[in-house]
Amino acid sequence: MDVLYFAWVRERIGSPRDVIETPPATVMDLVEELRGKEARYAAAFADLDALRVAVDQELTDFNASLGGAREVAFFPPMTGG
Amino acid sequence: MDIRVQQAAFDLGGEASHFAANQQGQGAIVTFAGIVRDLGQGDLHAMEIEHYPGMTDKALTSIAEEAMKRWALGDVLIIHRFGHLAPQELIMMVATSSKHRKDAFEAAEFLMDYLKSRAPFWKREVTNKGAEWVAARDEDETALSRWGTAKKDPAG
Repeated sequence: MDVLYFAWVRERIGSPRDVIETPPATVMDLVEELRGKEARYAAAFADLDALRVAVDQELTDFNASLGGAREVAFFPPMTGG
Repeated sequence: MDIRVQQAAFDLGGEASHFAANQQGQGAIVTFAGIVRDLGQGDLHAMEIEHYPGMTDKALTSIAEEAMKRWALGDVLIIHRFGHLAPQELIMMVATSSKHRKDAFEAAEFLMDYLKSRAPFWKREVTNKGAEWVAARDEDETALSRWGTAKKDPAG
């Protein structure tokens, strides 16, 4: 499963993408796994209110299941237009 | 429906004319365009816009489809740029057509409200003081709520 990062989340982590071999059950489980990796991940995921998540390119919430998911993306609130 | 996400500049007048020339049976065209705003202090060098390539087209298409469902529209055009933009450059435009102006106006506002906070773009301003990500504004989220059954920000 691909995990993508955009905007300041990408900058804070220092990489646009990770590949996770065994996807955890939910987005929150994935967040916990990433937080445990390194300090830069813990910093990026410190405040979940400042983050949004998409699973397979659809906006969702942190309780969403990752069953069958191919791609998860984390990013700040969007600023289009 | 015509949805374009591109790095290249576009011609606002040409796009508006082309859109208007293909609206048989419609009586109203509304266009909106957004440009890179200098904050007034004249110290903005550039705006950099990042996007999520796989998701952007999908999100814009679903926003446009929702507008087509809610209002009696002839057509919808959305062009949104990414990459490095200079002050005053065009960032994006929407165009809507309908038989009478109310639908076209309302749908254009709806599209803009949704684009602001549900299309995966992130703006960064480059000024004399360095580069800074533009923060989403609470007003943008509030603007969405007036469309009633608007999907709530799932994480917010």
